[in-house]
Amino acid sequence: MEYIGIIIVAIFVNNIVYSQFLGICPFLGVSKKVDTAIGMGLAVTFVLTISTIVTFLLQKGILEPFGLEYLQTISFILVIAALVQMVEIILKKVSPSLYQALGVFLPLITTNCAILGVAILVIQKDFNLLQSVVFAISTSIGFALALIIFSGIREQLALTKVPKAMQGIPIALITAGIIAMAFMGFSGIDQVFK
Amino acid sequence: MAKLQSTFKNMFLSLFIITLVVATLLAQVNKMTAKPIAAAKALKLENAVKEVVPEFDNNPVAEAYMMATPDGDSLLVYPAKKGDELVGFAVNSYSNNGFSGNIQIMVGFDTEERVVNYTVLSHAETPGLGSKMSDWFRDSSKPNQLVIGRKLSEGKLAVSKDGGQIDAITASTITSRAFLEAINRAYQVYKQSDADSGATKQNKRDENQREEGGESHE
Amino acid sequence: MNNYFKVIVNGLIKENPTFVLLLGMCPTLATTSSALNGMSMGLATMFVLICSNAAISALKNLIPDMVRIPAFIVVIAAFVTIVEMVMNAYVPALAASLGIFIPLIVVNCIVLGRAEAFASRNNVLASALDGLGIGLGFTLALTLLGAVRELLGTGKIFSLSVYPENFGSLIFVLAPGAFIALGYLIAMFNKLQKK
Repeated sequence: MEYIGIIIVAIFVNNIVYSQFLGICPFLGVSKKVDTAIGMGLAVTFVLTISTIVTFLLQKGILEPFGLEYLQTISFILVIAALVQMVEIILKKVSPSLYQALGVFLPLITTNCAILGVAILVIQKDFNLLQSVVFAISTSIGFALALIIFSGIREQLALTKVPKAMQGIPIALITAGIIAMAFMGFSGIDQVFK
Repeated sequence: MAKLQSTFKNMFLSLFIITLVVATLLAQVNKMTAKPIAAAKALKLENAVKEVVPEFDNNPVAEAYMMATPDGDSLLVYPAKKGDELVGFAVNSYSNNGFSGNIQIMVGFDTEERVVNYTVLSHAETPGLGSKMSDWFRDSSKPNQLVIGRKLSEGKLAVSKDGGQIDAITASTITSRAFLEAINRAYQVYKQSDADSGATKQNKRDENQREEGGESHE
Repeated sequence: MNNYFKVIVNGLIKENPTFVLLLGMCPTLATTSSALNGMSMGLATMFVLICSNAAISALKNLIPDMVRIPAFIVVIAAFVTIVEMVMNAYVPALAASLGIFIPLIVVNCIVLGRAEAFASRNNVLASALDGLGIGLGFTLALTLLGAVRELLGTGKIFSLSVYPENFGSLIFVLAPGAFIALGYLIAMFNKLQKK
């Protein structure tokens, strides 16, 4: 399968947030400032890529050969939880400032549906290891992109007058909807690469 | 009752026992649901085959076999028989050129190379647009978009935009093209399996002797 | 008895997970393209909520504090896997339309959140009822959003035609419509609450 196709589709056509609806909780929670958005994007990229590799090897190396596919959900999420724990420990030592900035959102990466979602998706799509890694990295870039665009807009939005009932999440959701419409414009762009 | 203390032994034991109980429980439920899950999958295929070929009394799913396509892939073919006589084939075909990727269809041919019916097994096309393919191409009130009854021996199916005979779904040309690609692919496989079984050859010989009638006889 | 009733009503309105707590957004947006899908997702999540809340409450004194999150996750994942297997066996078409979001119930912040906030501190019955209340609130929210999207997008509710499909705005069944519809619903809920 054409790798450029995978990359373009993962970042633009099937953007993880605006099209697949994965990763919405951190998307709404961490997108108030561009700096935290960038930090979160990096953290997610790191965790998502490594967890995809590990869960892929787990699936092909242990679950499938032993007929234990029904343990997929439970084993995948445990792997992810362990990885996030490790990232937390490493980040605390290596970059305490980023650790502070991400705050409570770092352990929340465990419940980021995007991570478990991508791990399951690459198995469903029957990718090989290299395709899975390319897909994982592209998806995280798509997530970071979605997050950064959104936080840029939200920073501006904080300076405008919004009706009381709309303040906060409602107007953020409507903004996200309009961005999603814009992203729909990318549909079919991967046909060019066929 | 006070909570268990967070000593290493307690933490390890607690997690280990919980995981053990959970794993055993899941293995049990897995055993109980494995049969119904497999049965549901088989039923879906059986129903799809029933929908697309003439009446039969054998078990097409059990007698299914793989047939190679010219472009290097292979598809599952389900022969439908009445008694010992072949009445048609169902082919599980696909296209990866749908608007949103893969489209899987089951299309049925009779022994005179005509499309009997089709059903869309799975797709990710846009709801309200591409998803209309489930019924668009078999709407008998609109012969220009009808795929049923077409004889692919007269040529590949194509959308009118590409100089073909079939009207595409409004605003969903890409989905329509992919759908027809799947039907064409199925036909190529059908031709090969048909050649192997010799059924159509026999029918053709009869037809030539009888002089072209127009109505297919079942 | 009155207290228990309050617990259930709490989950429906005061602490409605979707409109008030703003948790569990991913499945909310993804599975509400129709009222039926939304309702099914809500009910599946409610089942997991009731069972995991009850189980965790029963085990709360046997789980040391430092490993409580992994322990909760294992218990929740167990019930999610059971729901997945049962749905695939007995309602395969529905399971197919909910797709990847069934296993994703395990990372639904609502389930883990309730386990942490309620089940680990209350008795089994209260925890189960809390699961019921929050689950009902979630199901209500999802069914409502699904119905709105289906009605505005295709003119139908639960596949019953209310007005011709040609007058529907397809956008509501697609991704952007989910965001917009939910945004307006939450705004309306806010307005009604602040009365």
